[in-house]
Amino acid sequence: MPHDHPHHSHEGMSPSGHPYRADQDGPLTYWQVMEIAIRELMIAKGVVTEAEVARQIEAMDARSPAQGAAVVARAWVDPDFRDRLLTDASAAATEMGFDIGPLKLIAVENTDTVHNVVVCTLCSCYPRNLLGLPPDWYKSRAYRSRTVREPRRVLAEFGVTLSDDTTVRVHDSTADMRYVVIPARPAGTETMDEAALAALVTRDSMIGVGLARMPG
Amino acid sequence: MPVPDTFAPGTPVRVRTLMPPGHVRTPAYLRGKTGAVERVLGPFANPEQLAYGHPAQALPLYRVRFRLGEVWPDSQTPNDTIDAEIYAHWLEPL
Amino acid sequence: MTAGEAFAGKRWHDMGGELAGPVPDADHDFALWEKRVDALVMLANMKGIFTVDGLRRVLEDMGEDAFETLGYYERWVGSLNQNLLEQGIYSVAELADKMAEVEARGTTYGTASDAGA
Repeated sequence: MPHDHPHHSHEGMSPSGHPYRADQDGPLTYWQVMEIAIRELMIAKGVVTEAEVARQIEAMDARSPAQGAAVVARAWVDPDFRDRLLTDASAAATEMGFDIGPLKLIAVENTDTVHNVVVCTLCSCYPRNLLGLPPDWYKSRAYRSRTVREPRRVLAEFGVTLSDDTTVRVHDSTADMRYVVIPARPAGTETMDEAALAALVTRDSMIGVGLARMPG
Repeated sequence: MPVPDTFAPGTPVRVRTLMPPGHVRTPAYLRGKTGAVERVLGPFANPEQLAYGHPAQALPLYRVRFRLGEVWPDSQTPNDTIDAEIYAHWLEPL
Repeated sequence: MTAGEAFAGKRWHDMGGELAGPVPDADHDFALWEKRVDALVMLANMKGIFTVDGLRRVLEDMGEDAFETLGYYERWVGSLNQNLLEQGIYSVAELADKMAEVEARGTTYGTASDAGA
């Protein structure tokens, strides 16, 4: 978790705190040439500065599922915050000090009778300004195609099996809003503090393909 | 393009069945399907104009809830739902 | 079927409801060049040069082959370039010269990129 690696926000490191893949030293590809050329032209034309590009990457690296987990844990312990989160998730996340930019966020809450799951069938929209960049499988043809058609089978592949009493609500991010799932708070966590609760909240549980971890 | 009537939450609506070749944000699998307005969002700039670099009209955006059984008649869990955001000009009242 | 009908209907990127195999268990840490592509797209958006809609429109027009054969940020950098050309940020001739210059610097991303910094 990024919380284990504070302040790894410089360009050479990935969000997981590891060096980037070996691409830096691999044979130069056509698309890498294009990226370098575009970046240098945009700088030369005064459209962007080198510092802006670096700052953008730093901001990107600072965003991770840990931000979302902190928001969920706050909602679990603070009913007023939960209400604000469900009313305006962007404002609630900003209130916690997260720089989510212009992200228009809607939080959807799992309950005893409702399970929410998020997909983007048209591309791969994701609440990236809160959770960081999406995992590769979220962008896959299989996930994009099947989640709106057979959501319970997709969830079962992720190890989530729901009773017939639970309604599955699929959210297809077709337009301007982005969705984050508030997973249900696990039983047996009544005495845990907010930080300990946040450690139970996985990325997958905030996409809706997982549940919050059980304590212990 | 005239802005269609505003639909209140709960209003049943049908997604238009048009299939233009350009950039749109209304998934094909929902066209012709009937759902209900879950909440009113927006207004938001029309992506069909933004995509081509043009000034865009502000349109109401709706979150519409569809039953799985409406979208996929062979669904094993017809009461599960799909929520999608649909711009006003893609919706018609029943 | 007429020639027109062969092109009509749902486009490739509009995937909802298609049948497909298991969801792959795939993820990776992003390479620096990928992050830079992402950053340039976000900055172009923030500065009002083009919107995410323009990004998507070009990605969609690349067709299904691009989705199957190119990486995510390979497609993104292609779309970024197309949008910047359309908006007149630079010309094709300027791009050609710059790409030749970059390629002449070395055979790895590190040497080709750092030399221009």
